[in-house]
Amino acid sequence: MNFYLVSLIKSALVAFVLLTALAYIQWVERKVLAHIQLRIGPRRVGPHGLLQPLADVIKLLTKEDMIPSHVSKFFYLLAPFLAVMFALISIAVIPFGTEVKIGNFTTPMQLTDLNVGVLFILGLSGIGVYGVALAGWASNNKYALIGGLRSSAQMISYELPMAMAIAGPLLLLNSLSFRELVDGQAGYYLGFIPKWSIFHGPFPQIVSFFIFLIAAFAETNRVPFDLPEAENELVAGFHTEYGSMKFAAFFMAEYANMVTVSCVAVLLFLGGWQPLWPAEYGSGYLPTLILGVSGLICLYHGMNPARPLDRYTLPVFGVAFLGLAGVFLIPAIAPMLLPLFWFLSKVGAVLFIYIWIRGTLPRFRYDQLMSFAWTVMFPLAIVNLFITALMVALN
Amino acid sequence: MEHVILFLVFAGIAVVAAINLVLQTHPISSALSLVGVMGALALIYLQLGGEFIASAQLIVYAGAIMVLFIFVIMLLNAGTERKIKRNLWVKYAGLPLMALFIGVIAYVVERMLPPSPGGLFGNMTHGNPQEIGRLLFQTYLLPFEVTSILILIAILGAVVLARKEIE
Amino acid sequence: MPAIPDSVPFAWYLILSAILFTLGIAGFLFRRNVITVFMSIELMLNAVNLSFIAFSYKFKQPDGHIFSFFVMVVAAAEAAVGLAIILTIFKNRQTLEIDEVSSLKD
Repeated sequence: MNFYLVSLIKSALVAFVLLTALAYIQWVERKVLAHIQLRIGPRRVGPHGLLQPLADVIKLLTKEDMIPSHVSKFFYLLAPFLAVMFALISIAVIPFGTEVKIGNFTTPMQLTDLNVGVLFILGLSGIGVYGVALAGWASNNKYALIGGLRSSAQMISYELPMAMAIAGPLLLLNSLSFRELVDGQAGYYLGFIPKWSIFHGPFPQIVSFFIFLIAAFAETNRVPFDLPEAENELVAGFHTEYGSMKFAAFFMAEYANMVTVSCVAVLLFLGGWQPLWPAEYGSGYLPTLILGVSGLICLYHGMNPARPLDRYTLPVFGVAFLGLAGVFLIPAIAPMLLPLFWFLSKVGAVLFIYIWIRGTLPRFRYDQLMSFAWTVMFPLAIVNLFITALMVALN
Repeated sequence: MEHVILFLVFAGIAVVAAINLVLQTHPISSALSLVGVMGALALIYLQLGGEFIASAQLIVYAGAIMVLFIFVIMLLNAGTERKIKRNLWVKYAGLPLMALFIGVIAYVVERMLPPSPGGLFGNMTHGNPQEIGRLLFQTYLLPFEVTSILILIAILGAVVLARKEIE
Repeated sequence: MPAIPDSVPFAWYLILSAILFTLGIAGFLFRRNVITVFMSIELMLNAVNLSFIAFSYKFKQPDGHIFSFFVMVVAAAEAAVGLAIILTIFKNRQTLEIDEVSSLKD
């Protein structure tokens, strides 16, 4: 088929799935945080609060879109646009699985496979600072300006340890394209230990993984590094003067950055879509097993429900899960869906770690945060890179 | 043909942003126009096969140096400039003549060189990171190490100049 | 309507580089805010980078990319020190116009 038509269809599909996923990641976050804090979370709008993101979107869209009179209008309107644009563009180089075969037409599950995909992501996270800095400056408000400057200084300070942590698996796997990086992590040691970067080769990249995760928390302005945008500090920081859709744009940008960084962590360190144990020991049946068990649990609890509405919704979910479990058994599409399942579950695990840490840790003070970057993370990243290079050169 | 159209689009963006840089009165607008120039130039480098240099332009120039500029402009709270009268001949005749002069020199130089295929997207001949890495660490190792010392000197200089005086 | 060539002729890159360089010189000579003057210098450096990469493409050698990389590194170092100097000038004279930092004149 024509290259442009295929790219257009893939872009539309990825954009649609990504935007829905962003809304539902917020639902997952609210539910998980609530359960960590021993409460329930949203449960009124739709079954188990599943329509809450829809309600939030409708609220934000229909709120009055106000521009305060004291802001510099052009930059005030430009800042959320830049933030969202660069956060969403980074999904273009992330591969989600192997190939999709429909009839005799194949296309990779990726929008574009750049030779320098890793450098592209690094460049976009560097340019993503502009949205935040401009938002703080355009608001013409000293709290917003301080919040914006602090946030952008934090983002560029943590880019350095992040880039050096990324350089570790690049030394082991010898490529900059994401697809080749994941293909280099195929295979198993001793028959059952996967060759992911954190278990790989001359020097397992565990320290790199942790440095990357911590730097990623700081890059996306998440707890414990979210001082510049926390609600009880600095009057909400750089997005003080923003309301309705522009505020939603900043939050979309933050969650999109989270998704991108989790995808990069999974691709570089956790083996992308390579399964955890070899296929001959039955890793192909894991999604069927998980979905089937969840479906059966839903059906069982649908018999004696805790809440009256669950008599109808839980059996529906049970049947849906069992249907999905059946889909994974179809031999024609199982080879396409299995890598996608492994990739998405690993990304889901990293996102769950993000939410878990948000519910658990207090936040850093700003000078502690910056001195942590320059005096602890940066030397540690340099030492790690040096040892990795030494072990690769000695091999 | 689409390569030529894309080149014209990006070159147009670069020239318009550069004109905006010179004409705007507030430094923040000039700084953002410069970021636009750098982005357009990075795409033109991609057309010339320079994947590494395009990425380095985005990461280093547009993502770090210009952020530094924007920090300084925001911290110093630089306002708009006042307009003063200048000799109109210089502005409206001197600049196009200089552009014409340099353009003619460039064209004459290009005519003297042997013909070669033009720029195409996807025609990645050199400039991939493997080759540049190999060159940097083999042929050009001495300048590479010297620039690292240069950056160290620049860091020290910037820290000394910009710190508060302790009385 | 002249025929549109199917690949970009080499001269066009040099002409674009010339135009950007001239605009950089214009900003350097005509603007009075010292930060804008500095940004015009960065524009001139970018125009020269484009020339390097274009010639490297023409002669099929990667050395132009290496030169361009070194130009970027030197521009980064120069930006850091230059902005530190601008901060010091602002601290001492409270002005950012280059016409007023002229106490060594006559």
